[in-house]
Amino acid sequence: MAESTIKLDAKIPEGLLAEKWTKYRSTMPLVNPANKRNLEIIVVGTGLAGASAAATLAELGYKVKAFCFQDSPRRAHSIAAQGGINAAKNYQNDGDSTYRLFYDTIKGGDYRSREANVYRLAEVSTDIIDQCVAQGVPFAREYGGMLSNRSFGGVQVQRTFYAAGQTGQQLLLGAYSALERQVGMGAVDMFSRHEMLEVVMIDGKARGIIARNLITGELERHFGHAVVLASGGYGNVFYLSTNAMGSNVTAAWKATKHGAAFANPCFTQIHPTCIPVSGDHQSKLTLMSESLRNDGRIWVPLKKDDSRKAVDIPEEERDYYLERRYPAFGNLVPRDVASRAAKERCDAGFGVGHSKMAVYLDFAASFERYGHLEANKNNLHGLIQEEILDLGRAVVKEKYGNLFDMYKQITGEDPYQMPMRIYPAVHYTMGGLWVDYNLMTNVPGLYACGEANFSDHGANRLGASALMQGLADGYFVLPYTIGAYLSGEIRTKSIPTDHEAFVEAENAVKNRINKLLQIKGKQSPESFHKRLGKIMWDKCGMARNEAGLKEAISEIRALKDEFWTDVRVMGDVEEFNPELDKAGRVADFIELGELMCIDALNRNESCGGHFREEYQTEEGEALRDDANYIYVAAWTQKEDGSWQLNKEPLNYENIKIAQRSYK
Amino acid sequence: MSEGNMNITLKVWRQKNSKSQGNLETYDVKGISEDMSFLEMFDVLNEKLIVEDKEPIAFDHDCREGICGMCSMYINGRPHGPLEGVTTCQLHMRSFKDGDTIVVEPWRAQAFPVVKDLVTDRSAFDRVIAAGGFVSVNTGNAQDANAIPIPKTEADKAFAAAACIGCGACVASCKNASAMLFVSAKISQLALLPQGDPERQTRAINMVNQMDAEGFGNCTNTGACAVECPKEISLENIARMNREYLSASFTSSED
Ligand SMILES: Cc1cc2nc3c(=O)[nH]c(=O)nc-3n(C[C@H](O)[C@H](O)[C@H](O)COP(=O)(O)OP(=O)(O)OC[C@H]3O[C@@H](n4cnc5c(N)ncnc54)[C@H](O)[C@@H]3O)c2cc1C
Ligand code: SF4
Ligand code: FES
Repeated sequence: MAESTIKLDAKIPEGLLAEKWTKYRSTMPLVNPANKRNLEIIVVGTGLAGASAAATLAELGYKVKAFCFQDSPRRAHSIAAQGGINAAKNYQNDGDSTYRLFYDTIKGGDYRSREANVYRLAEVSTDIIDQCVAQGVPFAREYGGMLSNRSFGGVQVQRTFYAAGQTGQQLLLGAYSALERQVGMGAVDMFSRHEMLEVVMIDGKARGIIARNLITGELERHFGHAVVLASGGYGNVFYLSTNAMGSNVTAAWKATKHGAAFANPCFTQIHPTCIPVSGDHQSKLTLMSESLRNDGRIWVPLKKDDSRKAVDIPEEERDYYLERRYPAFGNLVPRDVASRAAKERCDAGFGVGHSKMAVYLDFAASFERYGHLEANKNNLHGLIQEEILDLGRAVVKEKYGNLFDMYKQITGEDPYQMPMRIYPAVHYTMGGLWVDYNLMTNVPGLYACGEANFSDHGANRLGASALMQGLADGYFVLPYTIGAYLSGEIRTKSIPTDHEAFVEAENAVKNRINKLLQIKGKQSPESFHKRLGKIMWDKCGMARNEAGLKEAISEIRALKDEFWTDVRVMGDVEEFNPELDKAGRVADFIELGELMCIDALNRNESCGGHFREEYQTEEGEALRDDANYIYVAAWTQKEDGSWQLNKEPLNYENIKIAQRSYK
Repeated sequence: MSEGNMNITLKVWRQKNSKSQGNLETYDVKGISEDMSFLEMFDVLNEKLIVEDKEPIAFDHDCREGICGMCSMYINGRPHGPLEGVTTCQLHMRSFKDGDTIVVEPWRAQAFPVVKDLVTDRSAFDRVIAAGGFVSVNTGNAQDANAIPIPKTEADKAFAAAACIGCGACVASCKNASAMLFVSAKISQLALLPQGDPERQTRAINMVNQMDAEGFGNCTNTGACAVECPKEISLENIARMNREYLSASFTSSED
């Protein structure tokens, strides 16, 4: 079988790490302005990655068509990002630098990402902040008028820029306004409530898409000299996640049907601080931003099954287990480490709340600390304890007010008076479409950026780095690299959409939709999604093992058969039909779920978010196997539907790989 | 499937598409738990409808945590329901009582035509932003982010205006279907920041003109919008927008 593996050339430029990007950028072929006007680019997705790419490409003079399935490009899932965005500005003078951000990201990713990509990311990070401020993004500021920073996990400097607990919203509105400006000028055609359902291939190159107009149900053909997928992550394969309800893998999945490799699908991030599940009705989980770990302390009772209220448990009977196990980073260890530690405590019987599957995130110490600081600052003396706490609560409110409100709305409990209860939940996917240094997949002319690509985060993403990567890709990387490809396309005239490739692609989509509608079974798409999610969470979630993964694979195969014989899709083709949209997405999730388990089974090591129970140190930390697994696992689908593993070896020339330690 | 003990009667607007007539249909939903969100109750109802071979109710939603602005239900005569400062998706059933009858309709405004059931077309908002809700700065044009200090108080005010999620509740709450709160929030955000200053006049004029062209109504200062706004966008923004627009009209008629 090995003979059919494809060669994955990452196209990393020669030269010193710190010079690769500048040199490459300065020598790559360009497209002159007159030719740009004749080149058309399709951008699927208007989250941070897609909106920034579409706007920038249009500014450069390309003709752009952008697509999203929500009713407005402003509503992409990026809008929900809370905590912040990293950049190596070193405004705090605390020793930050491009190199340090690069190093933290590689180490945080447990040595499973590409050096050259990550270095470039760290390099352009500072430009992003400049650009956003120029657009009018209202980042948090200090009294002196300068930008404010905070810390995120896995890092010992303060490099995170933020806008209260709605950083994603403010960044996306910045990118959206840049996009709408181009729409207003006629340089971008915006297609909201459109879902891309197929890539159109002509002579081995991506040349367009088939999209369904979600209002009328009509299928549309769109040509592009190149196609960019910025369609987000696939965390919703677990059904319950912090992702928006509509987030899905469909766009990326269609690419795999045309030979695009899907890399490291099993690398998923389970976020340690989310509001715990409250019942079977639950449709999604809500994140409580990692930034809260700047000021909140995580603990469980020292005694098993302690049923006292949190406030009644005295200090000496609390186990601040992160501070105990990881004194150097304490509550700010990376997400994978924090999540596993929470699971360990709960599995051992120390969990809190009625489900016992939760730990406390407690702000009492911060209320007190900030309260004293405020009292001193304002020369207030002789205050009673409660008054001091109130001063502190006001400070915390300013930093995280909307998160505290959100918590209260959902749980009915007031986190200013008692600690939050939190538990890990699926949050982000490091895996995605394989791309080279240019962000091109192995399909010529087909690009992937943002969370949709397998990206720069290795086996674990550091907090506040997804926003950075999405905007780096869209504003500062792809607009350059795509030019190198398009400079070879200036003689290609727009291909009319009555070309047979478009006709065939449209028919394929039509047939699949009809098939879904004609099954007329008994179970809703939603119910299949729930069942898939349960298999994935139980067997391919925070901890995985060989037996469980094998079971999961056969269960998912059975689920797939059941889906295609018993799903019930209500409504018609030619109308607004969310059930039909959902059915198509669930069908793709089912296939992806199987591949994730296959990948997890192949990777006989633990690294980052991928924890195989068989491979751990005596202290329960992830045990990597660098001798055998220091590669990107890029899977391509074979004719018979099975999956071929292709390996891209990772070479570390600048960083010495080591066992990751946050102790 | 039932997890709780609340029984609710829902009267929901059903409308096949923008061209057809709609009407209220009555549904009983049983076994609702007070921990469920309002939209999760709709999930339960929709699953039930599918089992009964009836068409599920279409409604807009995505983030389900109050930030994307997609959810948009007009509940017992109030956009986003009875609570202040929350979106429909953040409303939980603990805000209702067992036995309640709840009427749920789509946003009603000429500029927001119904797409289906509770789903409307709010693309008019995008067109208003495209008319001027931006700073004209191409990627790569920017200077260092800390080059211009911005007083915290100003930055905070700009942030408060920028918190608008574009849901359209302000329009739905207004008897004139005016979009002043939405438009003024964006004009204010950018007028309060030095980066937005160079274009403040053209921005105000172009956005207001587009707002009028979309068929939104006039503002008669009833203030309902600010009461219903889930992000508590302040009426001060409307005052600021009026000032911006007036001073822009004076100056631009001079040259
Ligand atoms: C609750 C939450 C909080 C977060 N907080 C942070 C944070 O503080 N800092 C940080 O760095 N990261 C954070 N993240 C992660 C970060 O938000 C995401 O990784 C990032 O926003 C993804 O951006 P994107 O542009 O790649 O995709 P998305 O924003 O998911 O956008 C996807 C786009 O693709 C479109 N689309 C998808 N499929 C199709 C299709 N078939 N046809 C047409 N259009 C399609 C969608 O309509 C949408 O426009 C958070 C994530 C969550 C869930
Ligand atoms: S001003 Fe308020 S009600 Fe109006 S669109 Fe913005 S958030 Fe919604
Ligand atoms: S679903 Fe996003 S705000 Fe309600």
